[in-house]
Amino acid sequence: MAVSVDEAVATGPARDRTPSARRLGGRGRSVLEVVLLTVLAVVMLFPVLWMIETSIKENRDVYAIPAKFFNFTVTMDHFKDVFVAPGGGRSALSAAFLNSVLVAGVSTALATVLGVPAAWAYSRFSVKAKKDQLFFILSTRFMPPVVVVIPIFLMYRQVGLIDSKLGLILIYAAFNVPFTIWMMKGFVDEVPSEYEDAAMLDGYTRLQAFWRFTLPLLLPGIAATAVFALIFSWNEFVFAIFLTSSDGVRTAPPAIAGLIGGTTVDWGLVAAASLVFALPVLIFAYLVRKHLVAGVTLGAVRR
Amino acid sequence: MAGIEVTALHKRYPDGTVAVEHVDLSIRDGELFVMLGPSGCGKTTTLRAIAGLERQTTGDIRIGDTLVNDLPPAERDIAMVFQFYALYPHLKTRDNLAFPLRAEGLPKSEVQERVDEAARLMRLGPLLDRRPHRLSGGEQQRVALARALVRRPRAFLMDEPLTNLDAELRADMRTEIKHLQGELGTTMVYVTHDQVEAMSLGHRIAILNKGRVEQIGTPLEVYDRPASLFCAAFIGSPPMNLIEVEVADGKLRSQGGLTLAPPPGLPRDRRLVAGVRPEALEVTEQGAERSVAARVVSAEWLGDEIIYVVDHGGQREVRVRMPPTVRFAADAPVGLRHTGGPPPVYDVSTEELVA
Ligand SMILES: Nc1ncnc2c1ncn2[C@@H]1O[C@H](COP(=O)(O)OP(=O)(O)OP(=O)(O)O)[C@@H](O)[C@H]1O
Ligand SMILES: [Mg+2]
Repeated sequence: MAVSVDEAVATGPARDRTPSARRLGGRGRSVLEVVLLTVLAVVMLFPVLWMIETSIKENRDVYAIPAKFFNFTVTMDHFKDVFVAPGGGRSALSAAFLNSVLVAGVSTALATVLGVPAAWAYSRFSVKAKKDQLFFILSTRFMPPVVVVIPIFLMYRQVGLIDSKLGLILIYAAFNVPFTIWMMKGFVDEVPSEYEDAAMLDGYTRLQAFWRFTLPLLLPGIAATAVFALIFSWNEFVFAIFLTSSDGVRTAPPAIAGLIGGTTVDWGLVAAASLVFALPVLIFAYLVRKHLVAGVTLGAVRR
Repeated sequence: MAGIEVTALHKRYPDGTVAVEHVDLSIRDGELFVMLGPSGCGKTTTLRAIAGLERQTTGDIRIGDTLVNDLPPAERDIAMVFQFYALYPHLKTRDNLAFPLRAEGLPKSEVQERVDEAARLMRLGPLLDRRPHRLSGGEQQRVALARALVRRPRAFLMDEPLTNLDAELRADMRTEIKHLQGELGTTMVYVTHDQVEAMSLGHRIAILNKGRVEQIGTPLEVYDRPASLFCAAFIGSPPMNLIEVEVADGKLRSQGGLTLAPPPGLPRDRRLVAGVRPEALEVTEQGAERSVAARVVSAEWLGDEIIYVVDHGGQREVRVRMPPTVRFAADAPVGLRHTGGPPPVYDVSTEELVA
């Protein structure tokens, strides 16, 4: 989770830095900066590039020495293998992708449904020891998830949630709810409570006022928050590998990792699967960026 | 339509802030009642308690004959206009107006009719298809008022509805609100910290200070006989001169020798302060009849009048309102004379009106 958030946020400022630095420094400095940034970009992007290349190379080109950068035959076989089993029918990987979609989607929906009303309540009502409660909620995110994986494993074994999609959904939702509450509370704070006051005077109950007036104004915020939660659930590896084992339950991250480690590794397949796996995150990260930049535009606020 | 009765209202917020100490109000049916007071004196809190948006800690609120303490806002049948207008940003003007009516479940034709009527009253015709962010502040204000009107509620509550407008527009809207209220005859509680607004709008004014009512009266009563030193200082621009006086030979005398007609029933043996309006004083030539020696400190030329600030015998900064034709130079030695009737007199220690 943390990694993907950092990436999504960091791209913006880094890109903006070049022009302003150019204004500050002389020409020599700007050339140096461009060179350095280019080197950095190449170093950072090379693995990605290599992964893309590998995914469209034939297997013998993958192992070719010296490595082939450009003069190889392009093939889409690996992508086909990601989705279709060798003998025909659905591949195990594609099942894992479906599991990922299900687990990430449902856990995000759950976290949103629980977290948004909670954020609203924390923002609007005077709750006893509100600050302490909020701090406690946040504190569940202080530790790295891997710390609790063993206790969770034991607990899950007791209640029979081991190797089940429900188990993953629950644990991901549990990690996403605090995040949703904190992020959404910021958005709710931005929406003046007078809208709800006005609606209540107009004849609506408090819940109707929230549902009909505040919620529509929160939608961009909810979308941004949900995307972050989705990315976390989608990328999560540690719990997935500890808590699931069968192909029918396993999500994409452990499934892709499982491709490595046999006697021979089909690197083309690994690369293609990774690409397919990364695509949704890239798209969503892009969407989040847009939402965060645009912010929540509220109409008639004059204070 | 209905009167509003507030009895022994007390509001303490969960964090311990006492916003309203003790407030009794008896607002008559059809009255335009103004609550006036400095920032933080509990005006908004009182209004929100009447609206049902805030539950009072103790005390009773009646609207008409109904005790509304435990009624939710929706069932109190009142409309409120907020300082920031709280127009629903995702709705066009037309739908903003129609919303409260749809909540009541009125038939479409009647909704249409009432929206049109309110739009006509507030001259919103060309704005009906715009969203709030495309309206100017004054237009938003008119839409907010219209939204309050459409429901034909039993009472209007207005929380500083004109604060965000510029001076000129504010004066226009003031007239408009007053006219509208007179036309509709609906009870209105109007909150403001602007005394000019209060004086020009209100049938009666309640002056609040630190969560208590200091005085309730017509604008004239409040102006002529402020009930406490706080009210005396709060109402009027420039404010009342508070001049320390003693009772001597059946007259009120200031330290500097200025004599004032004494009101009846003055108490003895107390330190007293007389509240003298700037227009009840006169700057004269030095040595004029019944005048005391004074010195002009400064003069503010306001076009239709001049406010002289004068010192006289130990009493500093007495403000005098004079017609623009009477001119004295700064630092000039002049005379100061009281021309009005008996001024209100306050006890220095209790700060209350004693005579
Ligand atoms: N929700 C709240 N929680 C705690 N204290 C509050 C709350 N709302 C208001 N107060 C406090 O109660 C007091 C009265 O507030 P109120 O809003 O009624 O003042 P006001 O007379 O309307 O002032 P203004 O003219 O600035 O609007 C203030 O000291 C304020 O800080
Ligand atoms: Mg207020």
